[in-house]
Amino acid sequence: MTYATCLACRECGREFPLEPLHVCDFCFGPLEVAYDHDGIQSKISRERIESGPRSIWRYIDLLPADEDFIVDLNVGWTPLIKADRLAERLGMRELWIKNDTCNPSWSFKDRVVAVAASRARQMGFKTLACASTGNLANSVSAHAARAGMEAIVFIPHDLEAGKVLGSAIYNPTIVSVNGSYDDVNRLCSELADNRQWAFVNINVRPYYAEGSRTLAYEVAEQLGWRAPRQVVAPMASGSLFTKIHKGFQEFQRYGLIDETPIRMIGAQAEGCSPITTAWRNDTTNIRPVKPDTIAKSLAIGNPADGYYALKTMKRTDGGSTAVTDPEVVEGIRMLAECEGVFAETAGGVTIAGLRQAIETEQLDPDESTVAFITGGGLKTADAVVEHVTQPIPVEGTLQSFEDAFAEAPQAVGVGG
Amino acid sequence: MATRRVRFTFEGDAVKEPVIYLVGHEFDVVTNIRMADVEHDFGWVVLELDGDHDEIDRALSWVEAKGVRIDPVAGDVVES
Repeated sequence: MTYATCLACRECGREFPLEPLHVCDFCFGPLEVAYDHDGIQSKISRERIESGPRSIWRYIDLLPADEDFIVDLNVGWTPLIKADRLAERLGMRELWIKNDTCNPSWSFKDRVVAVAASRARQMGFKTLACASTGNLANSVSAHAARAGMEAIVFIPHDLEAGKVLGSAIYNPTIVSVNGSYDDVNRLCSELADNRQWAFVNINVRPYYAEGSRTLAYEVAEQLGWRAPRQVVAPMASGSLFTKIHKGFQEFQRYGLIDETPIRMIGAQAEGCSPITTAWRNDTTNIRPVKPDTIAKSLAIGNPADGYYALKTMKRTDGGSTAVTDPEVVEGIRMLAECEGVFAETAGGVTIAGLRQAIETEQLDPDESTVAFITGGGLKTADAVVEHVTQPIPVEGTLQSFEDAFAEAPQAVGVGG
Repeated sequence: MATRRVRFTFEGDAVKEPVIYLVGHEFDVVTNIRMADVEHDFGWVVLELDGDHDEIDRALSWVEAKGVRIDPVAGDVVES
């Protein structure tokens, strides 16, 4: 039994039933799932969680889906690794990497889609839908396949074939929209109002967003039931960033971890940094931008939750960073070379943002820090293919090898 | 009849123009402002438009031609 009670407007507080709604009818503010906190408090415990499955569903008491409707791909419970070599490179004392590249479709989107798909099934939907250029479509297609639901994925017409493959293999209906990115936005927003489809990040967005909290739950549990003092997370819409903080707060509220302050630091690419720009200008008015960065998975020019991300930074004495594309590549390489984790460009943004946060004194290198790596590197291999080690060509003889090896350049690190 | 919920973002000189008044004047569309925040050189307005589907499309094209950015109220929905 879920403890979700209703949807509540984040602006005016008005309550709505647990239906496929995402915007308040009165003020048009975003809706968020509300819970019976007393009910959760009476049931939840560390022992109960620890006896659950090794997936996000160990936290089912905190999620808006009933057990009978779960769409289960074994999402979550991804590794939290102590990144000592990277910490040393960056001059930090205690750094952890939450490696969400290990999810079934290789990104954190599996967390949000798992919750959205489960709730959609509970609400009677037969079709999952989304508009996506990659990770989200992969995850929606995979979850629909697992659940025996239909999937409809909308993509911009000029999306590279390689990015379509990660969805196409699950056999969804793929609609290629002949228009701009904004045209796809508008079309899907209209369709979400007119069709009996669960658009995971539109009409069922309140449930979808809740899945991100499991990142914080897992980190707290994996750290031995404590929160880190600092968090660095990438920001696209800003939803992931705010929900990670909310997840830690909830664990504190239920007495599962101590109430320690957590500094939240966001990371964006300079070519799409509307939230960081607002932070630097000390305003909560976010000016939409046209994205121009290799970090495509963070390229949301008009972030729905940007305002709330800024509020989270302010409340937590946090900060915000924006890094260049070369810094993104360097971040990817640094993480791979130091810790053996191959991240997509969003991970490069996080690591480069972590370094910038230290350099700008937004982050204390002596405090425990968790950096969130949200997607696997093969998704954006083209971003780094020209920046990695090249093979040494040799003939199949010992002499050829010895000659070539003697002349080969020494392995070069990425500096810093 | 159709209803559309959108967000207008104004920058620079577009802030000074009575765009929303003119939408109601030039097109058979009813505008209903729900939230707004307008500064001297930047502002956004979230509003509901009621009217014939094609008429709303025409009105929005006209607004866009005035240099106003138009987005769904939920922000960008195309994610990676």
